[in-house]
Amino acid sequence: MKEPGATEAAAREVLLAVENVSLSFGGVKALTGVSFDIRKGEIRAIIGPNGAGKTSMLNVINGFYHPQQGRISFKGVTRNRMRPFEAAQGGIARTFQNVALFRGMSALDNIMAGRTLKMNRNFFWQLIRFGPAAAEEVAHRRRVEEIIDFLQIAHIRKVQVGRLPYGLQKRVELGRALAMDPDLLLLDEPMAGMNLEEKEDMSRYILDVNEHFGTTIALIEHDMGVVMDLSDRVVVLDHGTKIADGVPDAVKSDQAVISAYLGVAH
Amino acid sequence: MFYREAGQYKTSYEADQATFPVLQDRIGMIVILAVAFVVVPLTMSSFVINSVLIPFLIFSLAAIGLNLLLGYAGQLSLGTGAFMGVGAYACYKLTTIFPDANIILLIIVSGFASAAIGTVFGLPSLRIKGFYLMVGTLAAQFFLSWCFIRIPWLYNNNVSGAIEVPTRAVFGIPVSGPNATPVTRYLIVLTIVVVMTWIASNLVRGRIGRMWMAVRDMDIAAELIGIRLPRTKLLAFAVSSFYCGVAGAMMVFLWLGAAEPDAFNINRSFLILFMIIIGGLGSLIGSFIGAAFIWGLPIMLKSVPETFGISIGSATLEHLQFMVVGALIIFFLIVEPHGLARLWQIAKQKLRVWPFPY
Amino acid sequence: MNILYRVFIDPFMQMGQAPDLLVQTLWEGLVAGVLYALIALGFVLIFKASGVFNFAQGIMVVFAALTLVGLHALLRKWGVSSGMVAAYLALAITIVVMFALAWCIERAILRPLVNQPDIILFMATFGLTYFLVGLGELVFGGEPKSMITEDLGLPRGAIEIKMLGGFVSLQKIDIAAAVIASVMVTSLALFFQKTRIGRALRAVADSHKAALSVGISLEQVWVVVWFAAGIVALTTGIMWGARSSVSFALEIVAFKALPVLVLGGLTSIPGAIVGGLIIGIGEKLGEFYWGPLLGSGIEAWFAYLIALIFLLVRPQGLFGERIIERI
Repeated sequence: MKEPGATEAAAREVLLAVENVSLSFGGVKALTGVSFDIRKGEIRAIIGPNGAGKTSMLNVINGFYHPQQGRISFKGVTRNRMRPFEAAQGGIARTFQNVALFRGMSALDNIMAGRTLKMNRNFFWQLIRFGPAAAEEVAHRRRVEEIIDFLQIAHIRKVQVGRLPYGLQKRVELGRALAMDPDLLLLDEPMAGMNLEEKEDMSRYILDVNEHFGTTIALIEHDMGVVMDLSDRVVVLDHGTKIADGVPDAVKSDQAVISAYLGVAH
Repeated sequence: MFYREAGQYKTSYEADQATFPVLQDRIGMIVILAVAFVVVPLTMSSFVINSVLIPFLIFSLAAIGLNLLLGYAGQLSLGTGAFMGVGAYACYKLTTIFPDANIILLIIVSGFASAAIGTVFGLPSLRIKGFYLMVGTLAAQFFLSWCFIRIPWLYNNNVSGAIEVPTRAVFGIPVSGPNATPVTRYLIVLTIVVVMTWIASNLVRGRIGRMWMAVRDMDIAAELIGIRLPRTKLLAFAVSSFYCGVAGAMMVFLWLGAAEPDAFNINRSFLILFMIIIGGLGSLIGSFIGAAFIWGLPIMLKSVPETFGISIGSATLEHLQFMVVGALIIFFLIVEPHGLARLWQIAKQKLRVWPFPY
Repeated sequence: MNILYRVFIDPFMQMGQAPDLLVQTLWEGLVAGVLYALIALGFVLIFKASGVFNFAQGIMVVFAALTLVGLHALLRKWGVSSGMVAAYLALAITIVVMFALAWCIERAILRPLVNQPDIILFMATFGLTYFLVGLGELVFGGEPKSMITEDLGLPRGAIEIKMLGGFVSLQKIDIAAAVIASVMVTSLALFFQKTRIGRALRAVADSHKAALSVGISLEQVWVVVWFAAGIVALTTGIMWGARSSVSFALEIVAFKALPVLVLGGLTSIPGAIVGGLIIGIGEKLGEFYWGPLLGSGIEAWFAYLIALIFLLVRPQGLFGERIIERI
């Protein structure tokens, strides 16, 4: 079903290009000479066994780690040391492997916090919360409510997120990332620890986001079924190096990938 | 039964985001304000106003200041006393330099001096976190305390080393110094506290409050949604110190009338910290409850033996007081680690469903 | 220019011109540092094992010293004729009291508050501080007392050493303090490395849950640790009390230990020792050579300045575990 999209994707313009990136912590090499690109509008999966460097890759993309070598260009602009908030300003949003919500805040506030960059009424108006500041608050609330409706979390709007079950927390986290109206959405294991039903829901949200909002998505996931169904193209990492890159079917039958996952007989 | 929001439908986001979304809360607030502004000045003795209510309000404001920093932005500070001192000394210098200026204006302006100093001592927070950050604010506390003693310019080279408040009038009514009546001072303090509390509640419910809480709950995630940590933290230090500075200036000018450097020592910082921990971190109402509790407790304890007709030496009484306060702090932490404000919330929830258990 | 000269050149000239004074200052810094390190050590023990930032450590020092002196006075009054016997009897009872205190703290504070956020436990130790201040003054009175140095058999007087063209005088009690501190640190280290309870303690320090799951009793470990911290407090109290007098004014030493602790890195015993020495020596040097420039009393904040400078370079303290942020 996604195959036509895949051929299309190859023709689209490149949104993010990772060129020859190497990252190490002390003596430990996390990434070695990794290159790939993410094209506008596609769902790009990054897979690989545990410890392959997938999360490190995302951390490099949104400026949390700075690679020792290599370049990252986003929307055609190359930056040497991009800081996380600059990545956010550029339109990169992110969810985390272990839910990184603001636990003391309500679901609504968490998602509203995602709008921070879009809100620009100054400190003075914030003080009196009257006129422009109040109008701005309401305008953004409207957008946030759309996201809440989309993710079907209206009933937990005002619940402190620390008390929500895991699946809902993941959804709120996705909501917070969506509230940034991102051009590129990085999802780090959005379905880890979910049951089948929750996985189906989450898959649907991801596809909808991609289709309705046209958001480009980079996805790390361990569930191969999900990866093969959702993604347009897949890049496979193992021990910090890229071992395969292509459409899901090609990757699935790639010998290097099979050995990386199953191990090789010596 | 009486406290119930059933039937109060909100038809706009404005209504949902109002300061008091529930009708009963609005009515309650109006009643409290009416009592505070009208009934209290008419009925209370000047002793009660001067030694109970004015300090309660001033400490509440300082507690709000610390709560903005610790409860909302998550930055542990033990320098509250010193920042209050900066406000007091700044106000003192300002009245010396501008003897004819409106004293209320000067009190507010001295908050800015405190904000500036607070921002400087907030700089270590950009690199240091958690308990380690205590060193930064304790450095502020001890360094500033030292300045209050060692820099004679700050107290106009007074021999006593203390600052004494001159009489200053606004529209012909004396508001500071020995001639000001407790009721005048009370009303001014009350007005400032009410306005600044309202501003604080605006701040914490809006974009800035969310930024602070985001930094408190998970600073990395906050950065990744585009919040600039340095600015946000420093803003919290600045606003918090502003509140503490105004509270400090009011403490000297509208309550004590004179102050020695000791008034702003480390114990003052701890007192304010107790207030917000007991009252509730990250709760403005909690700041008031905590201030009432910590300020009122010793006063109540003092009157307990008298009521039972037991005479205890004043020294013994003081020791017992220390023990009781200490034990109560531990007791309340065990009963409700989220502070008395949480108990208040639970009570409201119970009221909402009364007479049913849930 | 003049001010730069006075800050950067003059103090070092003075050091060069009077090396004996420099040695004397260094020695005093060293001694103060040992005492700071001892208090910080008590902090570290507790922080490691129970994750509690124990603000009350400073008060425990005073409380222990006060109990010792107070009991000694009581015993003498009740007819123990020999000062020495009374002193050691009082010491034994004080140790029992410190054990009882540790047990009560575990029961009344730690157990009900287990799993609460750090700041709550930190606040609870404030409550403890208040309680102990009240209790101590209620039982033994608030007036300053002198430490029973002689009855405990601690040396008095000073040794004068001729060196570097002058005299350096070393108080014997200071030498004793340094020796006792070293013995105590060594025995604590051995205790934690070699004994079963020591291993349990290190396990608890790493992870409460994991320790529980292999059958380690948290309660037991906590009592032992708080007791150990109490013994450290008692030792510190004796040494410190011998240099000045015993009263709750000593509480101020807790604020001295804080920068030491943070500088060393909260969880590290070597850190507490090195931090103590750095702060002690830095403070005395600062006070002696740079103090006149700023006016007296700078020791109130100088330690914090030193700690702050170190922290800006190493935010986790000198020996603290590097904070790795994972997402």
